[in-house]
Amino acid sequence: MTERLYVATRKGLLEYGLEGGEWVAGRMSFVGDPVTAVLRDSRDGSLYAALNLGHFGVKMHRSDNEGATWRELPAPAFPAVPDAVDGPSVSLIWTLVAGGADQPGWLWAGTLPGGLFLSRDRGESWDLNDALWNHPRRTEWNGGGYDDPGIHSICVDPRDSKRLVLGVSSGGIWISTDAGQTWSLGGKGLRAAYMPPALALEPIAQDPHRLAQCPVAPDVIWCQHHNGIFHSADGGESFSEIEAATPSAFGFAVAVHPTDPDTAWFVPAVKDEFRYPVDQRLVVTVTRDGGKTFTVLDEGLPKQPSFDLIYRHALDVNVAGDRLAMGATTGNR
Amino acid sequence: MARVSFTENLQRHLSCPVVCGAGDTVSAVLHDIFRENAALRSYLLDDQGRLRQHVAVYVNERLIADRDRLSDPVGDADEVFVFQALSGG
Repeated sequence: MTERLYVATRKGLLEYGLEGGEWVAGRMSFVGDPVTAVLRDSRDGSLYAALNLGHFGVKMHRSDNEGATWRELPAPAFPAVPDAVDGPSVSLIWTLVAGGADQPGWLWAGTLPGGLFLSRDRGESWDLNDALWNHPRRTEWNGGGYDDPGIHSICVDPRDSKRLVLGVSSGGIWISTDAGQTWSLGGKGLRAAYMPPALALEPIAQDPHRLAQCPVAPDVIWCQHHNGIFHSADGGESFSEIEAATPSAFGFAVAVHPTDPDTAWFVPAVKDEFRYPVDQRLVVTVTRDGGKTFTVLDEGLPKQPSFDLIYRHALDVNVAGDRLAMGATTGNR
Repeated sequence: MARVSFTENLQRHLSCPVVCGAGDTVSAVLHDIFRENAALRSYLLDDQGRLRQHVAVYVNERLIADRDRLSDPVGDADEVFVFQALSGG
């Protein structure tokens, strides 16, 4: 089977196929419309696309024929709050994730503001996860990537699909062991230099930019945090800071090797308010020894001064672990 | 019944020809239309039933004032226009 690449962009969903060693542009869907998340569900081959139509709101679509045709589905939405004019409304579907192999049809969606939604029927209907939304500490979340807090990472443990680990910008790491019925705050050891010293290690004050869980060793979760790179060996309960990364430990994206938990890739940038590649040189860094050392990869990347940022969901690795893809804020890919 | 028309840019996403809706407020008229065209609702209103931030509704030449509850009055002879608000340049 040819390898395929699905790219969600501000101007549509682009598909590329590897043919004869060359990447060839294929079908384009939703041309002109912002696509904020795309999921190909390997359990049944369905494709899902989340749109954010500037005027007309957040939309969900599913294709059952590899993108040849699409059908609009209900989008995740917050329940109406009676007599409240300031009730929440989904402004962005930030991430879409398939449930476990034993949960056919289950999809998780993380949104802005920070809602976690579950569909049990391939997106035909959605339910807000009340346990997390009504958690008393949820109100301590703050805006991170956007003005509202949001859920950008949802890790479903392949050994036990009831075990979920969420990354919230900005609200830390949240863990459920019962498919979302109850939640606890993980992320001990994450450090936020942007907080007052006494709060720097407060788990709920953390801004994990992105989580990547190793499929064959799900206790290993890599975290590209606002403040650096962190590594968990206990499924997100605690993390240790990785300080060896060069040229910087700031970034948004992380990808982990599918079969080697010690190998992970990052795209370093200058924090906080500048946000462009270090020395304007777009590079990828990789560790192959669990974070002890890092190697800079730049072959084939632009040599001219670069302003490219690679955001949270725009770095991915194939199932063989031998091909990375990334897309930049400038439109480079 | 008030006559309601929609921006052409909305027609790209779903069918919404000129229709007549019953009711004496913008909310009543729109919800009357949603009974026949349920998909239209989420394009115009957010999760809480407020007018989406970048949707503009006029009753004749008047931009509605109540974007939260859509309580602006509508008469049988009025025309309602659902447009995009200019935003983003």
